[in-house]
Amino acid sequence: MIGQSPLRTFIAHAVLILGILIVAFPIYYTFVASTHTLQTILRPPLPLLPGGQLWNNYSEALFGGIGRIGGVSVGRLLLNTTIMALGVAVGKIFISILSAYAIVFFRFPLRMTFFWLIFITLMLPVEVRILPTYKVMVDLGMIDTYAGLIVPLIASATATLLFRQFFMTIPGELVEAARVDGAGPWRFFFDILLPLSRTNIAALFVILFIYGWTQYLWPLLVTNSNDMNTIVIALRKMVSFADADTEWHLVMVTAMLAIVPPILVVVLMQRWFVRGLVESEK
Amino acid sequence: MATVDLKDVKKVYPSGIEAVKGVSIAIPDKELCVLVGPSGCGKSTLLRMIAGLETISAGTVAIDGKVVNAIGPTERDIAMVFQNYALYPHMKVYDNMAYGLRNRGTPKDEIDSRVRSTAKVLELSALLDRRPRELSGGQRQRVAMGRAIVRNPKVFLFDEPLSNLDAKLRGQMRVEIKNLQRKLGVTSVYVTHDQLEAMTLADILVVMNAGLVEQTGAPLDIYEKPASTFVASFIGAPPMNLLALTGSSSGPILADGTAIDFAAPETQAATLGFRPEDADVTFNAEALPGALVLPATVEAVEPVGAESFLHCAAGGSRIVVRVSGRANAKPGDQLRVVAKAEKLHWFDQAGKRVD
Repeated sequence: MIGQSPLRTFIAHAVLILGILIVAFPIYYTFVASTHTLQTILRPPLPLLPGGQLWNNYSEALFGGIGRIGGVSVGRLLLNTTIMALGVAVGKIFISILSAYAIVFFRFPLRMTFFWLIFITLMLPVEVRILPTYKVMVDLGMIDTYAGLIVPLIASATATLLFRQFFMTIPGELVEAARVDGAGPWRFFFDILLPLSRTNIAALFVILFIYGWTQYLWPLLVTNSNDMNTIVIALRKMVSFADADTEWHLVMVTAMLAIVPPILVVVLMQRWFVRGLVESEK
Repeated sequence: MATVDLKDVKKVYPSGIEAVKGVSIAIPDKELCVLVGPSGCGKSTLLRMIAGLETISAGTVAIDGKVVNAIGPTERDIAMVFQNYALYPHMKVYDNMAYGLRNRGTPKDEIDSRVRSTAKVLELSALLDRRPRELSGGQRQRVAMGRAIVRNPKVFLFDEPLSNLDAKLRGQMRVEIKNLQRKLGVTSVYVTHDQLEAMTLADILVVMNAGLVEQTGAPLDIYEKPASTFVASFIGAPPMNLLALTGSSSGPILADGTAIDFAAPETQAATLGFRPEDADVTFNAEALPGALVLPATVEAVEPVGAESFLHCAAGGSRIVVRVSGRANAKPGDQLRVVAKAEKLHWFDQAGKRVD
């Protein structure tokens, strides 16, 4: 901080508090709504304090099953989404770290061609190639499967490029020291490269987990049956055009529950995440 | 324990650049060979070819009598100390040293005893649980040495290992490396661009220039009889004074016209050289037969303490004279530089030594 005048401090805090209120209030309001009965929510104004239905609403959503989406419980939705987000994040990291390893540390014919091929896919996000991808998934019989949810999203040029940049900062002497020490390509990868990439992997994991968690278009296409829905899709399906037809208290509960896992991932991995973005441990 | 034999080793890069143009060196068992030369002379490339980190374009490298051209660095049984140490940043000192042994499948208790005894020798015992970033430069250097020693290889390779240390530590480590190498009796190849390091460490000194060996021999032999003007100016600090000669009917004369009034070698000599410590200065004007006498103007005086260096303009170029203790000359003084005839070095047109 440059200068510490009280006025400055006051303004800074005022701006910060205002920002937090703007961001946090809708979430708080959602939480409040999730603790009231449907009747209370539908009869305006909505109270600003939590009601007494917390336990009832949450247990009904988690274990009871929700009518509008074919009686599937939120627990099932959370499981689906977790599997998908984990699959996407882990799969992306796995594939991109291996391809970056190949591109940076090995000399093989057409190496640069492959690099540019990967690079070009940056320009082809899921939305652009969605029809052919869908057709392929149908032909492979992967509609309504976890594989169908995960596989098309798994290749990641961004992560590959990120790992490539990181690998290129690893000094050549370190690679040579490992060679002299008798470490073959696999040993080098597992004993040296992987531990050094830990912070990068953690940062990427957080970003990719949230990316997978919030996917909308692809899960919407590739899942038909209600019990394969992800929570974001289910949330959308639960909201009917007619207000009276929508179980708003359960919608609010589902929204609250949908927020929790990404927050957990960020909070638990924050230390690693920040380190991965700020320093490369060398 | 092993010999290292290089026979006509060449390195041509795919771009067509010839980094090493045919080098032959024979290093006897237990000796320390120093490759010295200016940057870009091919010394590091040569070392990396011995290590197996660089392919050999032509010629053979033999370790312990066995040609190793086609085998990788692991199987050559060598250990290398890198300029930037190349310690594994995420491993503790202990694991850094144990890594090579583990990869070779050495039993756990043997690894432990070898790492601990090596650490003791290098005074690293208290640091075994630290990570490289928690160590000072000198300590990292020691760990890098330990990583090489613990494997008990046939050959040690050093790639400018002291160039990242400060001057004091460098002097200290130099002595330590020499003692250690002698104690362990492991054949070693040491690359440096620092001629002082080269002189003090080497059993065999190899002076390289532009991909070729200029001279091979014992350090002091090279110092006393440099084979070329390049070696003469590279080995020794300050370097040898070199004066260009031109022929005339009465014999060779210096660029400024000073005649050489004593016998020069019969072959046409193009350059005359003498070491700064082989000359003296005098303010007297008496005749000194059998010595090179140059009228000189003092341009700068560098007192170092035990000695002083006089930078003078003489014989058409700039020369340095070392006088012991304090110099009684100051810039601008006119004096005469005297060098005994037997301390002069003569070089021909191509820069080769003439005796």
